[in-house]
Amino acid sequence: MTTLNINGELLRVDADPSTPVLWALRDVLGMTGTKYGCGIAACGACTVHVNGQPTRSCVTPISAVVGQKITTIEGVGSGPVGKAVQAAWIAHDVAQCGYCQSGQIMSATGLLESNKKPTDADIEAAMAGNLCRCGTYQRIRAAIHDAARTLA
Amino acid sequence: MDADRIARCLSGAPHTRSRRVPLPRRDFLRLSALAGGGLAIAWHAPLALAEGAAPDAPKALPDPQPFVHILADNTVEITVNRLDFGQGALTALPMLLAEELDVDWSQVKAGLAPAGDAYKDPLFGIQMTGGSNAVAHSWLQYRQVGAATRAMLIAAAAEQWKVPVASCTTGSGVVRSGSHKATYAALAEGAARQPVPATVTLKSPRQYRIIGKGKPRLDVAAGATGKKKYGIDMRLPGMTVALLQHAPVFGGQVAGFDAGRALAVKGVRDIFQVPTDRGGSGIAIVADGYWPAKQARDLLQVTWKTGVGSTVSSDALLASFRDAARQPALTAIDRDVSGAAAAVRHVGGEYHFAYLAHAPMEPLNATFELKPGAATVWAGSQFQTLDQAAIAQTLGLKPAQVNLITLPAGGGFGRRAVPTSDYLREGAAIAKAWYERQGDKAGPVKLMWSREDDIRGGYYRPAHLHTVDAALDADGKLLAWDHVIVGQSIVKGTPFEGFLVKNGIDGTMTEGVAENVYGLPMRLRVTHPDVAVPVLWWRSVGNTHTAFVMETMVDEVAHAAGTDPVAWRMARFAAGGHERHRAALQLAVDKSGYGGKLPAGHAWGAAVHESFGSVVAYVVDVSIVDGRPKVHRATAGVHANQIVNPLAAEAQVQGAAIFGFAMTQPGFEITLKDGVVQQSQFTDFTPPRMTEAFAVAVHFVPSDEAPTGLGEPGVPAIAPAVANALAALTGKRLRTLPLELPA
Repeated sequence: MTTLNINGELLRVDADPSTPVLWALRDVLGMTGTKYGCGIAACGACTVHVNGQPTRSCVTPISAVVGQKITTIEGVGSGPVGKAVQAAWIAHDVAQCGYCQSGQIMSATGLLESNKKPTDADIEAAMAGNLCRCGTYQRIRAAIHDAARTLA
Repeated sequence: MDADRIARCLSGAPHTRSRRVPLPRRDFLRLSALAGGGLAIAWHAPLALAEGAAPDAPKALPDPQPFVHILADNTVEITVNRLDFGQGALTALPMLLAEELDVDWSQVKAGLAPAGDAYKDPLFGIQMTGGSNAVAHSWLQYRQVGAATRAMLIAAAAEQWKVPVASCTTGSGVVRSGSHKATYAALAEGAARQPVPATVTLKSPRQYRIIGKGKPRLDVAAGATGKKKYGIDMRLPGMTVALLQHAPVFGGQVAGFDAGRALAVKGVRDIFQVPTDRGGSGIAIVADGYWPAKQARDLLQVTWKTGVGSTVSSDALLASFRDAARQPALTAIDRDVSGAAAAVRHVGGEYHFAYLAHAPMEPLNATFELKPGAATVWAGSQFQTLDQAAIAQTLGLKPAQVNLITLPAGGGFGRRAVPTSDYLREGAAIAKAWYERQGDKAGPVKLMWSREDDIRGGYYRPAHLHTVDAALDADGKLLAWDHVIVGQSIVKGTPFEGFLVKNGIDGTMTEGVAENVYGLPMRLRVTHPDVAVPVLWWRSVGNTHTAFVMETMVDEVAHAAGTDPVAWRMARFAAGGHERHRAALQLAVDKSGYGGKLPAGHAWGAAVHESFGSVVAYVVDVSIVDGRPKVHRATAGVHANQIVNPLAAEAQVQGAAIFGFAMTQPGFEITLKDGVVQQSQFTDFTPPRMTEAFAVAVHFVPSDEAPTGLGEPGVPAIAPAVANALAALTGKRLRTLPLELPA
């Protein structure tokens, strides 16, 4: 039994210590907002924060994050930056299929936590790990700039 | 299904504009008051709202299959007869119904319909999402249902208040007459007793309050907070997860397997062999979750029968296509090309297109719960009624015994519209065996495909080879256009063959050439080789390759004639009466500043293409950075008639441009060696990321004619626009996708 700190709550996870955080969230805890896209940290759909740092949960075993603060899409809106990013996402009607957006929002929030006024190049560097097959990148970029403005 | 009617729909033939429209046979339009959670009005099974009811309409209707519920709190729940996988049907169809029902948008909720006769496409007669037709085909249907419901609410009010119907007005879900006022919810029970009107009057475009106004997706907030549930998020008490070890080649069969180590993984429940697509077999692993199933699959030892299954290699395939192109089997357009004998110049050459995977972000999945004589299945299907029948057949049930519930999908691009129902039959076979083997211990099982399963899972956009020989005289005038296409038929051997294959020619391969909008002196011949690689429609289907060939070729011909390529196109659109093409291209040209001065190392490129009844033109500003095309600006001119939801329509074009641009990118192709797909992940099959993406300014030609498609038409013209800019930069024509730029 492993205890994880997820969105400020201590939750007990009955799973093999090698289990990636992604599957502990989805299959054990029933938190399905974090998505599976590739399983090899190539698409970013599974991005969560570990101590505020965007992290690919599909390759991060639960044994590696014991005692650390995990934030998921379900909890990111309780902070001002995550809330602003979600609001900008809604205002720009960013999503099409929306499957990648949990990971996109987590990466964007991580960027704005550390960089209050990102340039286009900063945004590209922070978001290049997040694939979107619908091709919503234009609105993602606009929403990140917009969230930065509302936080300024 | 009527082939001519379908062909008319696909070609975007003119729709009626009359405002007063007859309603379909009354026995399909029944209202009833529903109890539970509030009083509701439900429409039942308006199967054939379009002209000419489908002849195979069911005589007896099953359980209520409503389109609209008016709830006790005066909100309105609208059922969407399509899958929503990003294209926005979940929002656009309710906009149509709400417009005529005369409720405020804030009162509207929406949900996806399960498989059911009521929800069949009014023109195609199967329940499906494809061909960019959700809005185009349900444009009349959803407005009619809204208008008829409103008429009956008014009739109920008039009866209750003893006032003339003509004295009643509606707005914001309220009926008024003089000092009388009642909400739709309060009138619903009375409305359900009213006769269905024989005709309804639809609003004129000037009266629209919702149509044409940008509305965010109805699930936008749920999506941004992680609450939206996709098929893959399905969870049921006692549910297990199944993974399948697929054969290394299409149609491969298990010779034997050792599950010893795999069964030892904690959480693994069972491992067994099942039949799979194309006569193959595979090994299913059922476990408590994805992770134990994946670990077990990695430990599984399987040997495969030799000499069974696909042996295709891409290199050999290209050589065989090249041979086939020399002696094409079938003639689609037989124009006299003997004028070529007088040519002083030829342009053109050989074009190659690779197999392409759809690779939607949400991998394929489906959840099955079996009971004696019944099954419930949850999936993000584009072909609900076909899939329902396929699942039923696999399970030994009748279609009506399978409740197929549609859940939102994380993309699809065609991969969830499979005539063979490949992954759903696979899941049904696993579920059947699981329940048979475990008896009372079995429970719901969710089949999941890993990304590797997805990339290697076939049903690709087929590989193609085109050859074009354009013969010109000394003035650059076209004397002959001799065109050959070699590629697998998508629909051969499927239920669609009867109406999409004519004289042996698969129209989904020649679309985009055969229409010959430029009025070329064209001969078009084709060959459909049989290849042991499953193929499928991929967003915009044949136009993915035909638009590239046509739009780069006419660009080349225009240059050869010493004419600006936009002016060359415009002259032919004018001559041929293709006003929508002309208007779309002109809009893109005007808004982009096409032809103006660009920085050194940049060039303009333009292309225009019609598909699914809509015309999309792109003008791009391109340079070459690190050996790859870099799009600095893209401008789209779009003619799709009435735009129902401009916010979503703009997004469809912007996204489609990136989707189409992917085809130009190195690493975006599927290749095979000895039957084995060489790619398996987003590391070796590489869609564009934000670093390669570009902004698209989208402009719509104003129109209030009946809407045409928008899910796909933004895809075809972007790759040729980019290639035309590259040709202007380098002086060299690239005829292979993905592009191979000189180092």
